[in-house]
Amino acid sequence: MTWSIATLVPLPVLLPLFAAGLTLALHRHPRMQRVISTTALAATTLASAALLVAADGGPVVVDVGGWAAPVGIPLVADRLSALMLTVSGGVMLCVLLYSIGQGVAGEADVDAQGRPAEVVPVAIYHPTYLVLAAGVSNAFLSGDLFNLYVGFEILLAASFVLLTLGGTGERIRAGSVYVVVSLLSSLLFLSAVALVYAATGTVNIAQVAQRLPDVDETVSLGLQLLLLLAFGIKAAIFPLSAWLPDSYPTAPAPVTAVFAGLLTKVGVYSIIRTQTVLFGDQPAVDRVLLVLALATMLVGILGAVAQDDVKRLLSFTLVSHIGFMIFGVAMASEAGTAAAIFYVVHHITVQTTLFLVVGLVERRGGSTSLERLGGLARVAPGLAILFFVPAMSLVGIPPLSGFLGKVGLLAEGARTGTPLTWVLVVGSVLTSLLTLYAVVKAWNKAFWQTPPEEVVQRSHAATHLPRGMVGPTAALVAAGLALTVVAGPLYGYAERAAAASMDGRSYVQAVFPDGAERGTGHSDEVTERGEDS
Amino acid sequence: MVMLENTPSAVLVVAIGVLVAVGVHLLLERSLTRVLLGFILIGNGVNLTLLVAGGRAGSAPIVGAAPDGQPMSDPLAQAMVLTSIVITLALTGFVLAMAYRSFQLVGHDEVADDVEDRRIARLAAANAPAFTDLDAEESGQTLDDEAAEVHDDVEADGGPGGASEGGAR
Repeated sequence: MTWSIATLVPLPVLLPLFAAGLTLALHRHPRMQRVISTTALAATTLASAALLVAADGGPVVVDVGGWAAPVGIPLVADRLSALMLTVSGGVMLCVLLYSIGQGVAGEADVDAQGRPAEVVPVAIYHPTYLVLAAGVSNAFLSGDLFNLYVGFEILLAASFVLLTLGGTGERIRAGSVYVVVSLLSSLLFLSAVALVYAATGTVNIAQVAQRLPDVDETVSLGLQLLLLLAFGIKAAIFPLSAWLPDSYPTAPAPVTAVFAGLLTKVGVYSIIRTQTVLFGDQPAVDRVLLVLALATMLVGILGAVAQDDVKRLLSFTLVSHIGFMIFGVAMASEAGTAAAIFYVVHHITVQTTLFLVVGLVERRGGSTSLERLGGLARVAPGLAILFFVPAMSLVGIPPLSGFLGKVGLLAEGARTGTPLTWVLVVGSVLTSLLTLYAVVKAWNKAFWQTPPEEVVQRSHAATHLPRGMVGPTAALVAAGLALTVVAGPLYGYAERAAAASMDGRSYVQAVFPDGAERGTGHSDEVTERGEDS
Repeated sequence: MVMLENTPSAVLVVAIGVLVAVGVHLLLERSLTRVLLGFILIGNGVNLTLLVAGGRAGSAPIVGAAPDGQPMSDPLAQAMVLTSIVITLALTGFVLAMAYRSFQLVGHDEVADDVEDRRIARLAAANAPAFTDLDAEESGQTLDDEAAEVHDDVEADGGPGGASEGGAR
């Protein structure tokens, strides 16, 4: 086989999986584990970046195992997938470096209640983390609904292990809720796949897109709603979001960060993919999504305002800002989807950064509770800057990336101009203001208020933050700032990705270049032998 | 190519319905082991759905092995069912381990209320005396109400006035 850009497509799945096996075998050699997983994720990110460039010329498709599309499983790296892959690869690499920094220096520390602080059990942490990376990549690349389900299961199984690391009482409690909800959403997704297969006779996304117009409208609507329900649980859209703020904060800081950044976005990605390529314009569903987006924003942010723990506060803002992305998707226009895609990129970076910073705050101040923190701006000015920049980006203060994403959404909402989108526009602004309130409250209490005795004592003890944790966090903050610098080209890319997705034809065309001819269901060799006998 | 007949068999459809219904009932329980049983039952129901989606059974799906004119089974549905059975098995193992760990730690495997629920319940409990206090005299006071009244009196005496009471909460 000669080398082509298509050779790179399976790498984001294969490299982490292969490295996961290696690190599991080398569980007695933590240093080797660190080298292997860092190398694997760095290579994954590079491959994704190469795909990002290549996919701008048109989707890159690989038939796994050399079987043609409807029989074999295609991996499709179009603009949307490649963009998601690159961002998730970079973020996962930074979080891995952060957790390595934490694991090295974390042994002798004691948290606020006098218990030994988090020490990530290195032996199983690396393999599980890499499996999670493989699952996320597989979900982004899959051109087949059933393979998308498998990707989800891979990342879910890994996330179960990561969320209950160490098996403490609190994590098992939070983990049970998360596991049961996730299992239910998987079952819903699997039954949706079964019903899609029953209705269309295929689970290949491109072929389903070709055949769905012939399916009875009611059946098609049912399939769409079932898929939306399954993805809605994963993306934490309002009535299905109650599990998230409860389960995420109990995990170790890097795990929470990567979950917050990526797992819900995989759900949002799946919604964008199925809504645009498969089902196209469905005004009734879009209206329901708009209402849900508004509810997600408001309920989420009101929850955040009521919290006095930074981790829980951020989990609620996470739910709230999922609403912005759904708002973009639900407008069902190119500009709306483009804004949603840009917002996903912004939000992955910023939300992950914030959770990492909170990990640093916890280490410096000994707690994440706003009542027990204070005066950090004087004690650790660098940390204050690391918190302030992504927090303002989350709120949407110009010229940070959050502002650009929101402007895109609001402009498209105003341009669409139906009463409902105007309500959404007002709701978005209100949510942003409330986000500002919540974040500033956290800032005032943690960084500005007179420090309680405990923090003063800790600062006398001179607990310096390990460089291995600060470095990756600073890198992510810088990446968040860089999003503003490259916003022009990036937004253009998001617009092209959205246009291709909304059209849907380029996706189908890439998987079936010669119409339906390519996939007659037989590989030539086997057919010939079959006819001989 | 001979097309398979696609009408699903009633027995399978009823079986799917029963499995999913029983599964949903178990899933709503508090104990993790029952939730797990529910998950397994619904999982089997969904697997059957996949099988039904593949059409009626025929001869083995090997090209050339089927007698002339005999329809073959749909191998794709079976491949998908196989994959999902394996996934269900792995997740079952994990949930069992988690239920056992929960049993080790707290002596049962029931899913606890989440933090927010418990906080709201605590707040409600803290607020409850102030509300029941007003009409308690007509309906006959319980011990709790009396205690609440005493508590409120002490509060009122200690504070400068009614206004501060609202502020204190």
